[in-house]
Amino acid sequence: MGTIKNISRRGFVKVVGLASGGLILACNTSIFSDKEKAPENLIDFNPNLFIQLNSDGTLILIASRSEMGNGVRTSLTSVIADEMEADWNKVIVKQATGDTKYGDQNTDGSRSVHYLYETMRQMGAIAKAMLISAAAQTWNVTENECSAEHHFIVHTSGKKIAFGNLVEKAKTLEIPTNFKLKNPKNFKFIGKNLKSVDVKEYNNGSAIFGLDKRIPNMKFVAIQRCPVTFGTVKSFDKTATLKIAGVIDVIEIPRVEKPFGALGGVAVIASNTWAAFKGKDALKVEWNYGDNKGYDSEKYMNQLTSNVHKNGKVGKESGNINRAFKNATKIVESTFQLPHLAHAPMEVPNAVAWVQGDTCEVWAPTQDPQTARKEVVDFLETTEDKVIINVTFLGGGFGRKSKPDYIVEAVAVSKAINAPVQVVWTREDDIKHGYYHTVSAQFMKASLDNNGNVTGWLHRFALPSIVSTFSPGVDYAAGFEISSASGVPFEIDNLKVEVGQAPAHVRIGWLRSVINIPHGFSINVFADELAHAARKDPLEFRLQLIGNDRIEDTQDEIKYNTARLKNVLKIAAKNAEWGKQLPEGHAYGLAVHYSFYSYVASVVEVSVINNKVRVHNVFTAIDCGTVVNRNTVKAQMEGSAIFGMSLAFYGKITAKNGAIEQSNYHDYKMVRMNEAPKVYVEIVESTERPTGVGEPGVPVIAPAIINAIFKATGKRYYNLPLADFGLV
Amino acid sequence: MITLRINGEKYKIDVAPEMPLLWAIRDIIGLTGTKYGCGIGVCGSCKVLIDNAPVQSCMIPVSFAEGKNVITIEGVSENLQLLQQSWSDLNVPQCGFCQPGQLIAATALLDKNNNPTEAEIDEAMLGNICRCGTYQRIKNAINRTVELKNQN
Repeated sequence: MGTIKNISRRGFVKVVGLASGGLILACNTSIFSDKEKAPENLIDFNPNLFIQLNSDGTLILIASRSEMGNGVRTSLTSVIADEMEADWNKVIVKQATGDTKYGDQNTDGSRSVHYLYETMRQMGAIAKAMLISAAAQTWNVTENECSAEHHFIVHTSGKKIAFGNLVEKAKTLEIPTNFKLKNPKNFKFIGKNLKSVDVKEYNNGSAIFGLDKRIPNMKFVAIQRCPVTFGTVKSFDKTATLKIAGVIDVIEIPRVEKPFGALGGVAVIASNTWAAFKGKDALKVEWNYGDNKGYDSEKYMNQLTSNVHKNGKVGKESGNINRAFKNATKIVESTFQLPHLAHAPMEVPNAVAWVQGDTCEVWAPTQDPQTARKEVVDFLETTEDKVIINVTFLGGGFGRKSKPDYIVEAVAVSKAINAPVQVVWTREDDIKHGYYHTVSAQFMKASLDNNGNVTGWLHRFALPSIVSTFSPGVDYAAGFEISSASGVPFEIDNLKVEVGQAPAHVRIGWLRSVINIPHGFSINVFADELAHAARKDPLEFRLQLIGNDRIEDTQDEIKYNTARLKNVLKIAAKNAEWGKQLPEGHAYGLAVHYSFYSYVASVVEVSVINNKVRVHNVFTAIDCGTVVNRNTVKAQMEGSAIFGMSLAFYGKITAKNGAIEQSNYHDYKMVRMNEAPKVYVEIVESTERPTGVGEPGVPVIAPAIINAIFKATGKRYYNLPLADFGLV
Repeated sequence: MITLRINGEKYKIDVAPEMPLLWAIRDIIGLTGTKYGCGIGVCGSCKVLIDNAPVQSCMIPVSFAEGKNVITIEGVSENLQLLQQSWSDLNVPQCGFCQPGQLIAATALLDKNNNPTEAEIDEAMLGNICRCGTYQRIKNAINRTVELKNQN
């Protein structure tokens, strides 16, 4: 493990701006990433986590990751507190600013707990060891006679001393290299149900989201952007806008040609949000629409579909697919079409920025404050020490708020008008100018033998890659976008994955579960179709298809274990009582998927009555290794079911003449309470390393619904959303 | 000048009478618990109580609220407080952004209905979107509040 340093003795207190007088620990980021390096090379490695114990016993724990409903401010800090034997009621969580000294802060990819669990345990254990040493010295006894208990160090004789009273002594101690982690049997918080540390502030309206940030003399800004992605301003007429009460000024902001750069447009500066919005609507702007003005979703889907109906680039090949198809008793083939999706978090993109000379302070709901800082530094041509990114609460993120284009906009406007500003996107801006989840066509073909065994499996897909956002012109899926297809956990001798061409015409970005949405959909629906073709029960067929217990040979540090995959499927089926008689018009469907190193299966109960689909119950089982906060895992599975349902029922973003056709929640709909099913969650008990929770629950929902509809009606749907078929 | 009565406090503000109440509350008065979500009255994030009725504050002009009693999430009402406790006990919020609107909608429901059925809860909460998908917990928290009230 890396070097640990007691930074209170290195004058670091001032640097990080924490109140002095406490015991502050910093831990190197090297624990996972730089194991091979010698400790002396790590002296200046950036600390990623802080503990500050004050003499009054208050324990301030820094959350380095962003809170967006993922529960991360509670989970990360509870691990430290558990190892420290701290009193949870004495913990105050503080949010870190964006700074590399905290290690990786990108709250994305379902990996906050996955990455930081061990580090946080060590942080807590070290702090505890130091407090024990301090107490032992105070009492002149050996450390073995002392233990930590509920914010006290206790001696075998029964005497005890509060953590806070040990601060002065502990500050003088060297960081121990020898410390013990707790036996997991003795965990007090880890694996239990902890409430969010922020629940009260959420419920009384005092939680400050980005949109709620106010600073003196702040102006409100709305921006008119080109309807076509990357179009630019030709000219604009601001006459009508300037007549609106509250409008202060109108300026043009240029496009910043970077993946997370501002799109550019015409900014309306006003004394309140409403005036800014109204002023924006009153603008008359002429645009140079640029290369993407021909983007037409209907035509584009035809193009993608034709690209998957011919040979593509080979992503993976094992065995001989042609021979398998030639010798088949039965061939099944299907084509799947899925549209773009928008994140549509309840809180629109927004940011407060105040540029003063070459310095800048930002307050924003961002999933990735370090990338935000880097973008601001580049834009202002300044240095990192001149830029502070304060992370507010995020009113949902889902991947949208890891792209700081809206922060760059706020910085650009603040710089231009020399005043603090809040840029607020309207909901229409959010729907029309996002980083969209990719659109896809997929072709699946499989062969069955006499016994209904799958002998060959071809998966060919075309979708604009996320890489196109970073390297314009890339028009084939990247390796990480192929792996969820090529890693299909089925025991099939002949397998081929191919990729078709797909140029991007909008900004493609990651959205909760990312590539696992299209691949989880096609694989699970097609496997169900094969079960039907083989005249077998979908559950039994799927377990056979996954095959023997084995560890898949992947490049990843964490290995794919098919026994765990089958286990979650069996649990979901058992909880649903798979096979039982359901009411008339009702049916079960199942799906199982591995993503973000976690295993999730869902069985859903739908009814189709008068051609209308209802989802009544969802039985989800997840194996995410060691559970930190049971409540959060459960909540994420409940939320994933709704997120998955929304995309299955309504999710569809389309372009016509290069412009996005949807605009708000009335035409980009969400599942509401009257449609919400009961969600039953079982979490597998495990001592494996913790893995993803925020995203892995999503990919199974849509295909499970499709499979249930098939069971109920005999009709198979290959395209989403279901609203297009009049089913919802 | 428009005089508003919000959470029992009087505010005199100098705004255009057609300014939506939402923006007067957030940007002029500075109570930011009431949220902007859609601006067209379809998401419920901006709900407040006006004379005990749930209203999407993004859709009504500030002049409409003059002389009426406005309660926001920062305000006090018996049912709101009880619901907030249940919301906390059942750990309802995920990102928390829509929850002020959800709580206001639930408060309006319990203000006029002591014992709502599931269908009545669905109907009362239909106008509120939660992108995180906390509907099941919201419903459970409303039911729990009703149960606790009926026990006492």
